[in-house]
Amino acid sequence: MATIHIDGQPFAARADTNLLQACLSAGTDLPYFCWHPDLGSVGACRQCAVKQYSGPDDTRGRIVMACMTPVTDGAILSTRDAESLDFRSSVVEWLMTNHPHDCPVCEEGGECHLQDMTVMTGHHARRYRFRKRTHRNQDLGPFVKHEMNRCIACYRCVRFYRDYAGGEDLAAFASHNSVYFGRAESGTLESDFSGNLVEVCPTGVFTDKPFSSRYVRKWDMRGAPSVCVHCAVGCNTILNERDGSLRRVLNRYNGEVNRYFLCDRGRFGTGFVNAASRLRAPLLRASDGSLQATSMAAALALFGEALSTGPVIGIGSPRASLEANFALRTLVGAQNFHLGVSGIEHDLLTLTRDILRVSPARIATLHQAEQADAVLVLGEDVSKTAPRIGLALRQSVRQASFEAAAQARIPLWLDAAVRSLGTDARSPLFQATPAATDLDPIAVANLRLAPEDIARLGFAVAHCIDPASPQVVDLAEAMAGQARAIADALLAATRPLVVSGGQCGSAPVLQAAANIAAALHRTRPETRLMLTVAECNSMGLALLGGEPLDAAMEALEAGMVATVVVLENDLFRRVPQARLLHALARARHVVALDHLASATTQVAELVLPTATFAETDGTLVSHEGRAQRFFQVSFPVAPVQDAWRWLRDGAKAAHRHDLDWQHLDEVIADLCAAHPALTAMRGAAPDAGFRIAGSPIRSETHRFSGRTAIHANVSVRDAKPEANIDGPLSTTMEGYYGEMPAALRPYFWAPSWNSGQSLNKFQDEVGGPLRGGDPGIRLLDGDPVPWRYHDAIPGAFQPRVDALMVLPKGRLIGSEELSDRAPAAKPRIEPAALSVSPAMRQALGATTMLSLTGAVHAVAVVADPAIPEGVALFPAHAHPFPGFADPQWAETAAP
Amino acid sequence: MSTAETLADSASETLPDALREEIRLLGQHEAHPRAACIEALQRVQREFRWVSDAHLREVAGLLGMSAADLDGVATYFNLIFRRPVGRRVLLLCDSVSCWLMGRERLEAHLSARLGIRPGQTTPDGDVTLLPTVCLGHCDHAPALMLGDALHGDVDTQKLDAILEAAG
Amino acid sequence: MTERPLTGRIRPGAPPPDREAYERAGGYQAMRRALLHMTPEEVVGDVTKSGLRGRGGAGFGTGQKWSFVPKPKPGQRRYLVANADEMEPGTFKDRLLLEGDPHQLVEAVVVSAYALQATDAYIFVRGEYKLAIARLTQAIGEATAAGYLGTDILGAGYALSLHLHASAGRYICGEETALLTALEGRRALPRSKPPFPQVSGLWGAPSVVNNVETLCNVPHIVNNGPEWFKGLGIGPDGGTKLYGMSGRVRRPGAWELPIGTPLREILEEHAGGMQEGYRLRALLPGGASTAFLGADQLDIPMDYGSVEKAGSRLGTGTAIVLDDRACPVGMIRNLEHFFAQESCGWCTPCRDGLPWVERMLQALEEGDGEDEDLAQLQRHVGLLGMGKTFCAHAPGAMAPLGSGLQKFREEFAQHVHQHRCPWPAGGLH
Ligand SMILES: Cc1cc2nc3c(=O)[nH]c(=O)nc-3n(C[C@H](O)[C@H](O)[C@H](O)COP(=O)(O)O)c2cc1C
Ligand code: SF4
Ligand code: FES
Repeated sequence: MATIHIDGQPFAARADTNLLQACLSAGTDLPYFCWHPDLGSVGACRQCAVKQYSGPDDTRGRIVMACMTPVTDGAILSTRDAESLDFRSSVVEWLMTNHPHDCPVCEEGGECHLQDMTVMTGHHARRYRFRKRTHRNQDLGPFVKHEMNRCIACYRCVRFYRDYAGGEDLAAFASHNSVYFGRAESGTLESDFSGNLVEVCPTGVFTDKPFSSRYVRKWDMRGAPSVCVHCAVGCNTILNERDGSLRRVLNRYNGEVNRYFLCDRGRFGTGFVNAASRLRAPLLRASDGSLQATSMAAALALFGEALSTGPVIGIGSPRASLEANFALRTLVGAQNFHLGVSGIEHDLLTLTRDILRVSPARIATLHQAEQADAVLVLGEDVSKTAPRIGLALRQSVRQASFEAAAQARIPLWLDAAVRSLGTDARSPLFQATPAATDLDPIAVANLRLAPEDIARLGFAVAHCIDPASPQVVDLAEAMAGQARAIADALLAATRPLVVSGGQCGSAPVLQAAANIAAALHRTRPETRLMLTVAECNSMGLALLGGEPLDAAMEALEAGMVATVVVLENDLFRRVPQARLLHALARARHVVALDHLASATTQVAELVLPTATFAETDGTLVSHEGRAQRFFQVSFPVAPVQDAWRWLRDGAKAAHRHDLDWQHLDEVIADLCAAHPALTAMRGAAPDAGFRIAGSPIRSETHRFSGRTAIHANVSVRDAKPEANIDGPLSTTMEGYYGEMPAALRPYFWAPSWNSGQSLNKFQDEVGGPLRGGDPGIRLLDGDPVPWRYHDAIPGAFQPRVDALMVLPKGRLIGSEELSDRAPAAKPRIEPAALSVSPAMRQALGATTMLSLTGAVHAVAVVADPAIPEGVALFPAHAHPFPGFADPQWAETAAP
Repeated sequence: MSTAETLADSASETLPDALREEIRLLGQHEAHPRAACIEALQRVQREFRWVSDAHLREVAGLLGMSAADLDGVATYFNLIFRRPVGRRVLLLCDSVSCWLMGRERLEAHLSARLGIRPGQTTPDGDVTLLPTVCLGHCDHAPALMLGDALHGDVDTQKLDAILEAAG
Repeated sequence: MTERPLTGRIRPGAPPPDREAYERAGGYQAMRRALLHMTPEEVVGDVTKSGLRGRGGAGFGTGQKWSFVPKPKPGQRRYLVANADEMEPGTFKDRLLLEGDPHQLVEAVVVSAYALQATDAYIFVRGEYKLAIARLTQAIGEATAAGYLGTDILGAGYALSLHLHASAGRYICGEETALLTALEGRRALPRSKPPFPQVSGLWGAPSVVNNVETLCNVPHIVNNGPEWFKGLGIGPDGGTKLYGMSGRVRRPGAWELPIGTPLREILEEHAGGMQEGYRLRALLPGGASTAFLGADQLDIPMDYGSVEKAGSRLGTGTAIVLDDRACPVGMIRNLEHFFAQESCGWCTPCRDGLPWVERMLQALEEGDGEDEDLAQLQRHVGLLGMGKTFCAHAPGAMAPLGSGLQKFREEFAQHVHQHRCPWPAGGLH
């Protein structure tokens, strides 16, 4: 730590930071544009100018850019001397020479960093009296709008898109004051992280296109802290709502998890909440076989009857909250509760949970993954199954350049310099996957193998690291060499990371990954393990525990079930259609709870409309075992209600009194009592009674322009606001907004800081944890138990002549159930095709009849030179095989 | 046909194989193939006078760059032409020594004679008139370059002679 | 006659010496001497002792600059770049050396690269210098054929490959860090210093960028020793300097003279004085990015310290003469147009401040100027000063503007109050 003097006050500052970071961390309002906490300093905008004095006797000082000046002990600076004030307001004045005065129609208005900085610097009168330059805009696809005239050339967009996220199709063009930021030509942005441009750009050049069609000013929207439901990473988000509809998703900083960036699936995938396919009323199968809307009372009457007429089983959901799953489990009894995932997934999920519990190498947070100095990815295309992990791994390869920079005594925040020094210095990233991934270009080696061989490679790597780890017999020489090389690279690191997951459907792959991490951990205590799972609450479901879905099918098939209750789960994505239809037909009652119409709700007798994550509160457990609470931002319109309330009401209708919960906190209390392994989840956020200075947290801004205004065309009467009875967030502008537990922060705003950049006001140290600690409670960090190496090493993959081993391929959009239903994301669904080796493509032709999940359909065939012989990839859950997610042998035939 | 169309016509869709090969080799000679990108664009330009979108994409592919990346470089430099130019490019120095020695009058004369303003191409696609920064021929100001040939101490008479001789 | 080591072999109007002619005239002796009889450190030592200062504009001590290069690491590339971008308006001195004696530069590069233990060298030349490029290509070919480039030069165990890079035109490429970015095939934006290129330059490897004229001095220092070099100058600086003059002088041109030659001598003796009917009003002593000196300042010696004391910079040593019949405001407008156009677009003050400056000057010329413009121009001189912008481009642009606003206060005021440029046709005649 160093002491620096800002405007006469001493502050402690970290010596490895720069003066801008130090000023912001000290709470000083120092304007900036081009600097970004995770993109570093480049000194382009010159907005952060301050006066630095060489010593107490220096009265003149000199202007320096705070972001480009290292913190030194005893540094003296002034942010308020006349020259630096004048310079900073001049910077805005220059920027405004070309910036249009279109704030009234600009969607950035009211949360624009440029507006904030303009006011902060005091520039207010336009003196430039000449013409502005103008640009033409581009169509950048369904997610991001482009309005180039607003550009202030801070270069943040390209630095994020290219340097940070590895995107290739956005660039800076031309020079002097006609620099242009866009694509070579109009067209959809290719990066899976394009939506971050909306937040990274300090003005309104890049804005959120889906939001645009339902636009509301920031201050006129309610906010709520939420957690992304589109994969298992558990990125923290802010939801914004107005007039009952979800308007947009913003990144919510969590220093350990997503930090400043989200993937496009998470940001643009929530359209399902407002989608036409939403279920808004209970549906009952009529005598003519059709589903007809019915009243809540009628629905509950039937539900009660169904629950009382015989054996009941429940099928839970990896995309429903812990609380909802627990409610179902309580309703049907533990022995009748089934985790709603397929047999293979069930086994892998429990295996993952067990490995993570006992692995001596602890579970990596996303931020730790960014800091890993050697990475091995086994079997999982994380860039598609959990995109944000892919973005984190992109940062990990920079560790070597950080070392080089440290040696050359270049501070790590000096971004361009560190990147240039790191041109040829990359930390090792190895991938062993069946096909190419987005991370290929940054990996030192990409091995393309079938799952069995990935596992064998992994076991061999572990054995190279620790001979006590079981040896792979009859290992091919080439693979032995590769294993050695990978082991050496991992051993050369201090913070190695092993990443794997269930995408390959292979337990040995996971076990091999666990062995490697454990072997490394013996000599590298900072070794981390990261195992991904499929959905946002898969891990929560695994912790809750339950029977496999297969058991439910068998019970149904055996005719032993009177009623099956399916919670927020489209079983057609998990069980072959014929089997499922047959099994369900044997139950007397099929009750489906969901917020979306699905193939399952289509065949149910009774459908109960539940609230989406935007309308209810609950807890999700991420792949790292982090329990995180999400809060409702809008209110379910009756009869839509929280899943757990439907289940409670069903119990009541069946004359049961053991589920008599009134508030979510009561569900949580029972859950914690019933599941000792989960009790810590209660701490994910304060309970509903939480108050600060006697007030709940307000979820509307202090400038919110009133409920009366929303429907002024209909009536100006002030309707009584809905109350949030489950959480500590008030639903109006009345309430507290200030220091608060980070898990409750409904939006980021601070005086003078209307944009998301106000974040710096909520951290003690820029880029560090949120004040009061980053949200989430880790549930898998138990007491270590003695480690035993897994030893079920599979034989080498044997291609078959009569069939292909078809593996599921991940897609950003199109494989995950919910984002699939977001209208805005539809155009981004990547078309499905069977990828095979070029030789196989030759043999199969352009189309083939593929038999998968018990059905036969014609599919397009494409060649991928990387794919091993005998293996093929088809996107998971893609039409025409929505039930395809687990690897299987599949036959092909000429069309 | 408009001037632009006349000119655009001059570039065929794909690069000749020999040029492709040459560019690939240029890239290979560098530790990082992109280091050859300016030279590669200059080669394309030598052959086609300007760099069309299609050619840009091809060069980018040969050097392992994205089109956007390469276009960012191409549009940065003054002498990479991303729009069609005439058969002859006339670079008229517009910097200070030439200004002091009367280059404004030359420009007026040229514009009148060719019927175009700086930045434009004659309708017949013959000459593109471009202002350029100091040509380093200040001791013979005003100076200009027509194609690869440098001319100094230019006055209106000499200018006419130059245009006619080369035409 | 004074010694002219740099230009002695150049015959105006004649083709440059080929390798044999160059060797006959004493060429490649320094290379032999350095590679066969001197350690790299000894070469650096001689250059340091000679007091040679950079001829690219900033005047930094060459030996000192070289001393910042870290010790070679096995397997690591190291680069030397000869900066032949020469796009500063009014500057045409390096062209003389490039076209007149290309082998001298090749030898200079080999000797300097040896001193720095560089593995690769570049000559970064502006693309418009077609003749220079042709002649350099020829010279490099001849030198390679003679074994003066490539592996194991002269059997001394030293290897160097020399590449010629023809630029595609951008003034900022002359700025050493932008030059390196350009060599990497990127948009030639300058980079922050520190880290200095000597530590992290091309592709992050140690790199040194020197001006052509600077480098061409090195073989002569090696041949004749640092003391000899020091003795060439008139004042405190050592060596000769290529001085030039353009504008309404009788014999515009460039001459190699002892460094420290008085401005008056250059104007009156070498450039032949002002043309008939023109009077000297002021001049930019060292290129477009230096401050005006008045007609009353002709007696200053053209060395680094003296010109600085007089309120300007030696810069490139090529002076641009403003006569009494050209409009000073018009001239400054022309200069600022250049600087605004050539801004790379990276930092705000330069990218957006210079166009504003240009437009105010344009308005003044067109009779639309306001008093407020003069204040605003003056403000910009302060706001675009050294340290406030990312690189030295904009501060360079402010040198003629700032000094011009002082020296031509009256002329500026006339433009405002007469609502026109008082010179007929904007001072073009
Ligand atoms: C905008 C700008 C343009 C420059 N252009 C040139 C140039 O064309 N040639 C040159 O030798 N130096 C130029 N320089 C100076 C170089 O940055 C660098 O200082 C010089 O090449 C170092 O060589 P020296 O130490 O031998 O003088 C320029 C500097 C700036 C700021
Ligand atoms: S588009 Fe936005 S982020 Fe990019 S340079 Fe312009 S203002 Fe900055
Ligand atoms: S924030 Fe410091 S220069 Fe942009």
